Amino acid sequence: MSLTTDEVKKIAHLARLGIDEQDVESYARDLSGMLDLMARMSELNTEGVDPMAHPMDQVQRLRADVVTEQDNREKFQAIAPQVEAGLYLVPKVIE
Amino acid sequence: MEWETVIGLEIHTQLATKSKIFSGASTAYGAAPNTQACAVDLGLPGVLPVLNEEAVHKAVIFGMAIEAEISHYSVFARKNYFYPDLPKGYQISQMELPIVGPGHLDIEVDGVSKRIGITRAHLEEDAGKSLHEDFHGLTGVDLNRAGTPLLEIVSEPHMRSAKEAVAYMRKLHELVRYLDICDGNMQEGSFRCDANVSVRPKGQKEFGTRAEIKNINSFKFVEKAINHEIERQIELIETGGKVVQETRLYDSVKDETRSMRSKEEANDYRYFPDPDLLPVFISEDYKQQVKAQLPELPQAKKYRFNEQYALDDENANILTSSRQLADYFETVLKESGCEAKLCANWITGELSAALNKARLEIMESPVSHERLAGLLARISDNTISGKIAKQVFEEMWRSPATADEIIAERGLKQITDTGAIEAIIDKIIADNPGQVEQYRSGKDKVFGFFVGQVMKEMQGKANPGEVNKMLQAKLKQ
Repeated sequence: MSLTTDEVKKIAHLARLGIDEQDVESYARDLSGMLDLMARMSELNTEGVDPMAHPMDQVQRLRADVVTEQDNREKFQAIAPQVEAGLYLVPKVIE
Repeated sequence: MEWETVIGLEIHTQLATKSKIFSGASTAYGAAPNTQACAVDLGLPGVLPVLNEEAVHKAVIFGMAIEAEISHYSVFARKNYFYPDLPKGYQISQMELPIVGPGHLDIEVDGVSKRIGITRAHLEEDAGKSLHEDFHGLTGVDLNRAGTPLLEIVSEPHMRSAKEAVAYMRKLHELVRYLDICDGNMQEGSFRCDANVSVRPKGQKEFGTRAEIKNINSFKFVEKAINHEIERQIELIETGGKVVQETRLYDSVKDETRSMRSKEEANDYRYFPDPDLLPVFISEDYKQQVKAQLPELPQAKKYRFNEQYALDDENANILTSSRQLADYFETVLKESGCEAKLCANWITGELSAALNKARLEIMESPVSHERLAGLLARISDNTISGKIAKQVFEEMWRSPATADEIIAERGLKQITDTGAIEAIIDKIIADNPGQVEQYRSGKDKVFGFFVGQVMKEMQGKANPGEVNKMLQAKLKQ
């Protein structure tokens, strides 16, 4: 299985990663290698084997539905780049 | 050409928990911005989500109520996309193994019952809110809502008209409130709907290309938005165009839908199991426990009201539309000892009309069940007529007095002294010889005139049955 350079660029865009044009070729090669490895694993007969959702063979512990958090807005907003009227400000997004 | 519409709905219900799905921050609505957004909700590095047991409980309750398969093993996944109101860059949701599997809900449209399949319902976290008003060209983000537990309920594409879609949505809304898993407040966004709409030539098996209409947050808008979208698609195809798969936003002011984004770009969510969360295990014992605690469901209650109280469909439907209203009815019935029909008619009639006018819910009714029961008991034992009872009810709406107090104070008690009624009847017969002549010559309609006159003279305080009987006897003399 081999990824095209266009696919690499699309994946980078979806993940919002900036990559240099000169590196695209080598990313395509490395990622294709990983996909090949997965393709090889897919050849194994896994009939009767339950799909693994997590490497730890345990189930999720649940917490009681109780409010335990205090208002720490001031502390959180002290490390934010820009805030106003209690809101975090970000570059304009319009749908 | 004749067209057939195909509709499936995705409904997001905010589960009514005290704390968030993966953190201990409060979910209360209306707090000052970002005062209920903790490190987990903000997606700060190094935090670990821990699942809220009550969110799981409420999801299982829902699954049981729609007779769905509850997955004994379900898995959380990351749905990856970038938007400022989702600080982690992914939403924790469920993909492959949702907590609630296939189930169903029965709806009724124009007296015809139809079963709508529910594909699945999965747990996920809500996003925050972006405020696009002008903050010097920037967008403001409030993350109080981020992490509120959602149950996304996905239907099969089983609906064939906007009317059916609305009926399904109403039924689901009624159900989640019955189950007490969601407050159903649509203005506050507790119950939100996206609709997948497509059309196809009647008789064709394959589905047409669908458009998704986002965030239509009232029953009225759902019907309008879907009908508008159906028209748009048919017109497009009939003029040689093609429907493209895309997300559209409904504009209620202009009554139109417009394109928001095309699906190809937006839909590449690259789901994968969230390594921060272990699989959720739900035991058979737990399921049985939840099942045993389910309240009586709307449909079952309606049938019971039909059977047990001999109520017609209309009354039974209205009375079972909320658990509170049904409880109110049954309490009044028990406390008044009256006939079920009398109680039902008063609650769906006078009381509902007054509540609607004042925009109040049954829980907020100024006339308590005790006071209404007291009033109905006086109709039942002939102390007052139905007509006088309406006056008493109006007074009760305004004051905290009981029916008995109002009846006594205003002297509204029915006159049962037959001598007094007789005297008035005699007077009216004497005053209206012309009408008496007409009646005796066979014009039965004139009888109503006499009843009216007697009641007027007695200010409505005579028992109409008694008046009828005595009048008939007198006029025949």
